[in-house]
Amino acid sequence: MEPTLKFFSGFAPNDLWFMGEAALRTLWISVLSISLGTVLGTLFGWMLYEGRRAATLTLAPVLDVFRSVPLIIQLVLFYNFAPIVGLNLDPFASGTVILTVYTAALVANVARGGIEAVGAPMRRAARSLGLSYWQDLRHVVLPIGGRAVFPSWVGVALGVMKDSALVSVLGYVELLKASQILITRTQEPFLILALAGAFYFALSYPVSRYATHLENRWAQ
Amino acid sequence: MFDYNFHWRPVMKSLPDLLEAASLTLQVAVLAMVLGIVIGLCLALARLHLKGPVYWFATAWVELARNTPALFQLFFFGFGLGAFGLHLSPYLIVLAGLTFNCAGYLAENFRGGFKAVPETQIRASRSLGMTPWQAYSRVVIPQVFRIVYHPITNQMVWAVLMSSLGMLVGFRELSGETQFFASRTFRIFEYFAVTAVIYYAIVKVILLSSRLMAARLFRY
Repeated sequence: MEPTLKFFSGFAPNDLWFMGEAALRTLWISVLSISLGTVLGTLFGWMLYEGRRAATLTLAPVLDVFRSVPLIIQLVLFYNFAPIVGLNLDPFASGTVILTVYTAALVANVARGGIEAVGAPMRRAARSLGLSYWQDLRHVVLPIGGRAVFPSWVGVALGVMKDSALVSVLGYVELLKASQILITRTQEPFLILALAGAFYFALSYPVSRYATHLENRWAQ
Repeated sequence: MFDYNFHWRPVMKSLPDLLEAASLTLQVAVLAMVLGIVIGLCLALARLHLKGPVYWFATAWVELARNTPALFQLFFFGFGLGAFGLHLSPYLIVLAGLTFNCAGYLAENFRGGFKAVPETQIRASRSLGMTPWQAYSRVVIPQVFRIVYHPITNQMVWAVLMSSLGMLVGFRELSGETQFFASRTFRIFEYFAVTAVIYYAIVKVILLSSRLMAARLFRY
């Protein structure tokens, strides 16, 4: 029998292009949700710090849910819940929403830790020098507290970048999904996975090293 | 408000199956943690005390585990090893992936713990006549254990959450089982909502029992 149909074809140079595009999509969804989530999370962290009992009773349990349920379940749930309430979101939008809230839930704790890291005496000193509450937050708490928790924020951000791979379950073709598609076609799993892994590693490793470096320098 | 009828009955009917799958989730997470602790300890000690190829092997393991997505690691054990003709069962894929990941993260925690105990203490206990083994088991390890207790608890929670990725490699733990039922009945939202509750409960139980154990362990 003559093999007239060929299902599999080898890894070609323009597949690199396909993977590069997918890598950009990974970057895009990560950057978007990390920035939105950090803003939202800082706000939540401030609310947790200032709100005291009201926040521990309302906001904290809600954020806790996002930290205690696997991200993949959150993604599937939201993606299937949105149409029920009449929202038709594409995988990218759903993924961004959930990744943002997930980031916010993690950053909230970090941000609260940052505010707590600034001692009460220093804040009182700032206020008695005539700074308003917001000036105190902006010029005292943000630089000092932010510095204290910067390394843990980097950890959260890198974690979200890696977790953005899970958006592939909704059908968003990011790097890992692209690799899966290519593996199905080329039957060369090792090479393609190595490429994808190298991309994540190249992104994550220098940043985490730099954060450790900063942490050590600031600790002195 | 919305024209969607929630059907909880099929979910309730398959609840026993889901709970059984949840025990499989716990089993694989606990097993991965036990292996991860043992391997992580070896990796940490290798990075602290050894030089040459063993040091580089341990370092490569730790950095790869920490800087690539967990899903990538699972895919690697799933498809990547397939390139060498090594086909693992879904259970083994998840176990290997989780162990690899947990060992890497725990190794860094252990390394920090060992570094926090000053070397002078070992010298002091040695000069009191303790053997090296005694010095380690009676002076160093108890202190290290205290430091790494919380990171271990966190890692246990992560292991449970990460095991949900088994769904994507065909492992029928809690998430995989949920997906199986969900795609059979098309009650995706209902099934995943119940699964989210189960995960939440598991995580809470782990955190609570860890806190109770800590209260007993660290009385002094």
